[in-house]
This record gives sequence, C-alpha cells and structure tokens, in this order.
Amino acid sequence: MRWLGHKTLEHLREVVEAPDLSGTKYRLIREIGRGGMGIVYEAEDVELDRRVALKVLNGVDISGEARILARLEHPGIVPVHDVGTLPDGRVFYAMKLVEGTRLDRLAQSGASLADRLRVFQKTCEAVAFAHSHGVIHRDLKPENIMVGSFGEVLIMDWGVARRGPQPDAAPGTVMGTAGYMAPEQARGEVDRVDERSDGYALGAILRFLAGDREVPRRLAAISAKAMATEPGNRYVSAQDLGADVARFLDGLPVEAYHEGIFERLARVASRNQMAVVLVAAYLLMRVLLLLFTRR
Amino acid sequence: MIPACDNLGVNFPSTRRSAVFATGSADAGQRRQAFEVLVEAYWRPVYKYIRLKWGASGDEAQDLTQGFFTRAIEKSFFAGYEPAKGSFRTFLRACLEGFVANERKSAQRIKRGGGTEVLSLDFESAEGELRQHEPPAGLSMEDYFRQEWVRSLFGLAVESLREECAARGKQAHFGLFERYDLDEAEATYEELAREFGLSVSDVTNYLAFARREFRRIVLDKLRETTGDDQEFRSEARLLLGVDPG
Ligand SMILES: Nc1ncnc2c1ncn2[C@@H]1O[C@H](COP(=O)(O)OP(=O)(O)O)[C@@H](O)[C@H]1O
Repeated sequence: MRWLGHKTLEHLREVVEAPDLSGTKYRLIREIGRGGMGIVYEAEDVELDRRVALKVLNGVDISGEARILARLEHPGIVPVHDVGTLPDGRVFYAMKLVEGTRLDRLAQSGASLADRLRVFQKTCEAVAFAHSHGVIHRDLKPENIMVGSFGEVLIMDWGVARRGPQPDAAPGTVMGTAGYMAPEQARGEVDRVDERSDGYALGAILRFLAGDREVPRRLAAISAKAMATEPGNRYVSAQDLGADVARFLDGLPVEAYHEGIFERLARVASRNQMAVVLVAAYLLMRVLLLLFTRR
Repeated sequence: MIPACDNLGVNFPSTRRSAVFATGSADAGQRRQAFEVLVEAYWRPVYKYIRLKWGASGDEAQDLTQGFFTRAIEKSFFAGYEPAKGSFRTFLRACLEGFVANERKSAQRIKRGGGTEVLSLDFESAEGELRQHEPPAGLSMEDYFRQEWVRSLFGLAVESLREECAARGKQAHFGLFERYDLDEAEATYEELAREFGLSVSDVTNYLAFARREFRRIVLDKLRETTGDDQEFRSEARLLLGVDPG
C-alpha cells in the first residue's frame, strides 16, 4: 500500500470534502473560508460566465438564510442568486462574490476617521432596511461587513438572522459574538432580542471604528448611547444612529451629547473656520476704526 | 424549493452496508466477509498502536494483532458494538486495550497460535512505515489511532481506485490523480497535459472523474467500517473536517 504523508492526507481530505458540483452549472475554483454554518467556495457560473460565492451548508436548515436574503434587495446586503442541492444531499446557495476588505482589516489599514464613519453610515442604512422588512441580523460585527473598492458596503453572514417578532430559539440560547452582543442577547433572553439589539452591535462597531485614541467626546457619546444597557435608552432605530453620526460628521449638535457653551463655540468655530476668520477680521476692523475715530 | 434537511444534514448516498453489524450475521459466509473488511481497514492502526502504546516488539505486536482479530472473530466481539455509546473506532480500541492487558498479564498465553498465521497481513510494510515515519510528537494515543485509521482508509481507497481504473481501462485517469493529488510535488494542469499527451480540458475531466470515484470509494469504505447511519455521518464529518453541527 502506498504511504500517504501528512500533506497528502490533508489534501485528500479536501478532495473528498470538496462539493461535487457535477450536474450544476457551477465549477469549483477554491475554498474561501468556513464558518459555523458551512463552507464558502469561490465558483464560476458557467452559464452566465461570472464568479459567485457558493455556500455549502453543513446541514442545518438553511432555507432561513437564503430566503431571508432573497427578499432583502438592497445594495448593502449580499444578493442571493440561486439555491440548490448537491448530489450528496447537501444544500448550497449561490450569492454575489464579495470582493473587498473586511471592515476590521480596513480599520487597521489606516483609513481616516471620516472614511470609516461614512462606511458606518452605510452599514446603518442597510441594517435599517433589513429592520424595515422585519429582519434582525443578530450577529453584526466588523468581520461580517465587507467594504468594496468603491466604498460600497455589504453586510454578510445572515446565518442567524431572524424574521418577524416570533423568537425561533429556546430561551437561554445565545447566538452572536461576545463584545458585539447586546446584554439581553448575551443573557439568552430571546424574546427581548429585537432591532435595538442590532443597534447595540452597531454601537460596538462604531466604538471599534472610532479607535481608542483621542476619540472625540461627541462621537464616544454616540456609541455609548447606542450601547446603553437598557434597550429603551438606545437609539430608537439604526436610521437614527446613522443620522447622529452624519450630524457629527457635519459638525452639527448630536442627539447623544449635550454640549456646554464653550464646546458649542469651539465646535461652531471649527466647523465654520472661514466664517470665523472673516467675522474676527471684521470685528478687529471695527475696533480699530473705533479707536481711530475716538482720537 | 429547498428540500427539508434533517438536522444532521449531510446525506451521503452509499451503496454499502455496515460490515460491523454483519459480523453478527447468522450466515457464516457473510460473517467471514464482514470480518475481512474490518481486518483490512483496522489491522494497520491496531498493529502500530500496539507497537507504540505498549512498546511491544515487532514479533509480539504481530502475535497480539493476529490474536486480537482471531479472538474477535471467534467471540463475535464486534457484534456487541452499540452505536449510541460512541464510534466503532473507539469501541474497537477499547476492546483492544482490554485484550492486550489480559494477554500481557498471562504472558505464557502469548504463544497462542504457535506460529499458525491465521490472517495474512503485510506486517513488514507496516513495520517499514513505523521505521520511516516517526509519529508526530505531542499526539495523544487516541489521536494517533484515529490518524492511522484515516491513513489506512485513504490508503485502501487509493488502491481500490487504482484497481477500478485499471479494470476499466482508465489508467490515465488514475495516473493523473496520482500525480496531481498524491504526489507532494505540485504540477499544473498544463504540465500534466504535456506529460500525459492530453489536452488541458481532458486533464480537467479525467481528474474530475478520478476524484469523484475516489470520494465515492472513501465514503463506501467508511460506510462499511462504521456502525449505523448516524455514526457514519458523524465519522464522515470528522474525517471530512466538517464540524458536527
Ligand atoms: N458572498 C461572499 N463573497 C466572498 N466571501 C464570502 C462571502 N460570504 C462569505 N464569505 C467568506 O467566507 C467565509 C465563511 O463565511 P461564513 O460561513 O459566513 O462565516 P462565519 O459564519 O464565520 O461568519 C468568511 O471568511 C467570509 O468572509
């Protein structure tokens, strides 16, 4: 019998595991990665001559994920093209192949705060869209957000997303990622998990994006509000959260922070630098004129 | 429409039946055949395990391996396997532990068999593998046994594929598989096309065929050497590296 070394065994394991795509219109290119629900491959749709991402599921009922995604048509949500069954019975679905940088990597790559916040706003918009269709993501985190080369944002991994108010899990079930999970979700209070739990995760993402050095107070206040322990103290919607970040970017007062008079002046001054210079010059002229006319 | 999946999901179609349960069959022919299947799949891991775990000499390990399987056949050990309690692989290892402990306690009985080789097994090659390939440091004996079992299963599957391809006049299919999937030196499809005098698209198709057959053979062998369907699936997931959900 031929000796099979460690490397060969690993390779053969992959050969056996590789999905048999015969009988489908897809041709396997490579494995992209694997997660809790299955394995994601890059494949070619031979009929349409385009690359897609194929997610082959371990077997947990997937109809959820594909169906939820299929009805969420939004530029910020990965579109599903197709679902099918492999000869071995495993279920797969084809979706847009997302090429870009994961948000966690983008943040490390030195993108400016303003750029990071614009990505965040788009994330809020996509989440708000899902919420308006009654879908809660439940596992929002930087690793699940991709940023394309044109700044487009795509939210992925809707594997534990839920539609409708009806809890699908037994009380005590915890799905999500520590650090991004709202307290009520971490405690497994499944009937209390709602849109605002996603809002908490968005707050944690914002805090992550703001970094940990010299975070402007008003921005820190926004993430703190989004991450309030009590859901009732958070932003009412992802839209509101995104809007507050927009106000921060525009140098307007934010909902999350009550500023003192000097902070207000400083903010207005920094927002309207040109106007401030002009007004100051004008005032200076007046004072000088006054001084001269007095003589 | 998405067909409903049971919660275990992976549904590997397989033409084979479990040999584990056939060892308890009333039909002597079926029993013998079932044992052959199991001995073939497990004797190498068993032999190596004895050599390493108890530091047995080659001769002693040969006797113990022969003795273990002979006794298992005589006493229908394997028919007592209960899938609910764990994998057959673990059950077999537990049987082996008990057997070796007993045999070593009464060292005289080791002379059993007295040279009559019941099973013809290629101990020399197993010994050669042990000599040439040190087991990785830090591996537990349990993991070692599993690893050797996987190696044995894949090794047998490669041999079956070779025979099957030869019988069907598809030597080039196997040759490509051997070069591309077994050799550690990497070759591109273009290089292989030149080497085999084929077009690149033939290389693609031949390889796809060989891999598909290989996959089927591996799953068939797994099916034969595990107990019930559930164990088969969970071992498949383990073997295929897919986490049991
Ligand atoms: N549509 C896609 N395009 C490109 N890569 C994807 C796509 N969907 C998932 N991936 C990648 O595949 C891997 C596994 O995805 P997934 O199963 O969703 O993982 P997890 O459950 O760990 O989030 C991840 O690395 C993810 O970035």
